[in-house]
Amino acid sequence: MALLEIKNLHATVGDREILKGIDLTIDAGEVHAIMGPNGSGKSTLAQVLAGRDIYHVTEGEIIYDGRNLLDLSPEDRARAGIFLAFQYPVEIPGVSNMYFLKAALNTVRKAHGLEELDAMDFLSLVKEKLKIMDVDQTLLNRPVNTGFSGGEKKRNEIFQMAVLEPKLAVLDETDSGLDIDALRIVAAGVNALRGPERSMIVVTHYQRLLNYIVPDFVHVLSEGRIVKSGGKELAFVLEEKGYAGLGIEDAEEEVARV
Amino acid sequence: MTAVSEQIGNWLDLFTAQPPAEAWRKELRDGALERFCALGFPTTRDEEWRFTSVAPIARTKWAAAPEATADADAQAPWSTGGIRLVFVNGRLAGPVPSLPKGLEAGLLAERAELNRIVPETAFTALNTAFLDQVAWLKVARGAIVETPIHLVYITTADAYVAPRVLIQAGADAHITIVETFAGSGAYFTNAVTEIVAGQGAVVDHYKVQRESLDAYHVAALEARLGQSANFRTHSISLGGKLVRNDVGAVLSEGAEATLNGLYIVNGSQHVDNHTTIDHAKPHGTSHELYKGILDGESNAVFNGKIIVRQDAQKTDSKQTNKNLVLSDNSVVNTKPELQIWADDVRCTHGATIGQLDAEALFYLQSRGIGRREARSLLTYAFAEDIVDRIKVESLRDSLEKVLFEKFHEHADQ
Repeated sequence: MALLEIKNLHATVGDREILKGIDLTIDAGEVHAIMGPNGSGKSTLAQVLAGRDIYHVTEGEIIYDGRNLLDLSPEDRARAGIFLAFQYPVEIPGVSNMYFLKAALNTVRKAHGLEELDAMDFLSLVKEKLKIMDVDQTLLNRPVNTGFSGGEKKRNEIFQMAVLEPKLAVLDETDSGLDIDALRIVAAGVNALRGPERSMIVVTHYQRLLNYIVPDFVHVLSEGRIVKSGGKELAFVLEEKGYAGLGIEDAEEEVARV
Repeated sequence: MTAVSEQIGNWLDLFTAQPPAEAWRKELRDGALERFCALGFPTTRDEEWRFTSVAPIARTKWAAAPEATADADAQAPWSTGGIRLVFVNGRLAGPVPSLPKGLEAGLLAERAELNRIVPETAFTALNTAFLDQVAWLKVARGAIVETPIHLVYITTADAYVAPRVLIQAGADAHITIVETFAGSGAYFTNAVTEIVAGQGAVVDHYKVQRESLDAYHVAALEARLGQSANFRTHSISLGGKLVRNDVGAVLSEGAEATLNGLYIVNGSQHVDNHTTIDHAKPHGTSHELYKGILDGESNAVFNGKIIVRQDAQKTDSKQTNKNLVLSDNSVVNTKPELQIWADDVRCTHGATIGQLDAEALFYLQSRGIGRREARSLLTYAFAEDIVDRIKVESLRDSLEKVLFEKFHEHADQ
């Protein structure tokens, strides 16, 4: 059975339709790249999967792990194993990264009938994950994303993913704003988390990230629809010929980053 | 009789019923009563009281507070480790503890610097008219008192109490003071604290106001800062039905003042913070950050006056007021009031009134944290910004706990 089935998904923000009939099926353990020019709806799809309420699904359905995903609140989706790595991680002054992650992990554990971790157990678990992500431990005591560099924020996202161990990770332009060294570290962290029980949707504008996170499938999104699907080689075609090579206009970024 | 003379008549009765006082106090009392009678209670037609009506205080016939005992550990758990003076219903309870070298503390025995710096208003006059036991702290020149000194005021009866404090820090002296106000019942606290900081002195002042929700609390805090003195005050306002804080600081050359505040109101609570920072001389620095959290049908007023005198060149002043409004029925009135007479200064100010950040809420939810829990966490974080600046560890830890529980309780409603 597929882990995720998106059928004829239409979504609007305000009175503007962004997604105009998306069909996508993802099986357990698969990594799907979603590529597309600015304004094609990639980030909207990522946010709709996580349950951001500014988007309204007007048609279609999303079946996740046998459940109707659209019935679930964002927190219930997270507890059911969906994780969105934000394109723009939010700064939350006054809440320490440690407190935040422990609260998050324990609600997820509780939802799975597991015991909540105490401070000691949590710390030893986290230390192990820090190593994978090459993240400094002092980051734990800092307020969530506050004053982090762009690279630190993205690494913190993947670090959270390592701690929460989702079934479906959606990486929204995780490569944007990263230099090549930071990109390698983030990609290595993501690759370390690949496994037969974990599916991923990697949203990106550029093929570059896919040199490091090699997808099983590539889909090209344009104007709210998937216009082409293929294997990883499709990314190379895009790299070579650009979106224009597929007859797709790559507009300047015009969709507000919501 | 008119309403005003009726009000004053009530106070005259209370005034004449006071136990007699020695000459210096009697003189101050008599003069102050006269001034109070001339001034009368302010009304909302007075600019300084536009958004705060004290009519409920004015029309009540207040009684004197009886002698009583109270559990200070329960009311101010942060004060158990330091040097502590507890006042119950206005009277010092227990002996003055042993004091470190360089510190004198207890009850004021002569006028000294009392009533020399606090601006005269109906309320400060009304405090002076009822001068009784005045808490007094004096730090000798150059003395560094590391242990915080706690002044705890507890009121247990439906009465009028007029706490009065005089703090004198000698040149280069260091002192930390925590004032806590608490109680039960429908009483009226009218407090005045005067702080005189000598040249190069460092004075760290905290005020925790957790009065009964039926109580009225009006307080004036006035600090006079000598050359290069450093004064910090943090006002945490949690309780009270109607609360008015007037905080003032006058800065000499090179002095630094930090005025921070946190007010958290719910139900029908009303809190009004008026601050005045007077840069009288050059090279002064002031920082001001007041944050408020409003819920229910509560009201908050912030008025931040900053005066930069003609002589006060190179002044650096920053004022910020941020309000987090959790309900549709809360009202905030915020106003910066800058009077700048010098030309080479840097003054910035800003005020915000907003709700919880929707993106931050979604971010927390997307990690599995429930919406209510996320709301309480963000609310706590908003307040923590101020609490985190508190240097007295026992106070900071206790307040963190109080706030954490407060917002989680809120979230469960």
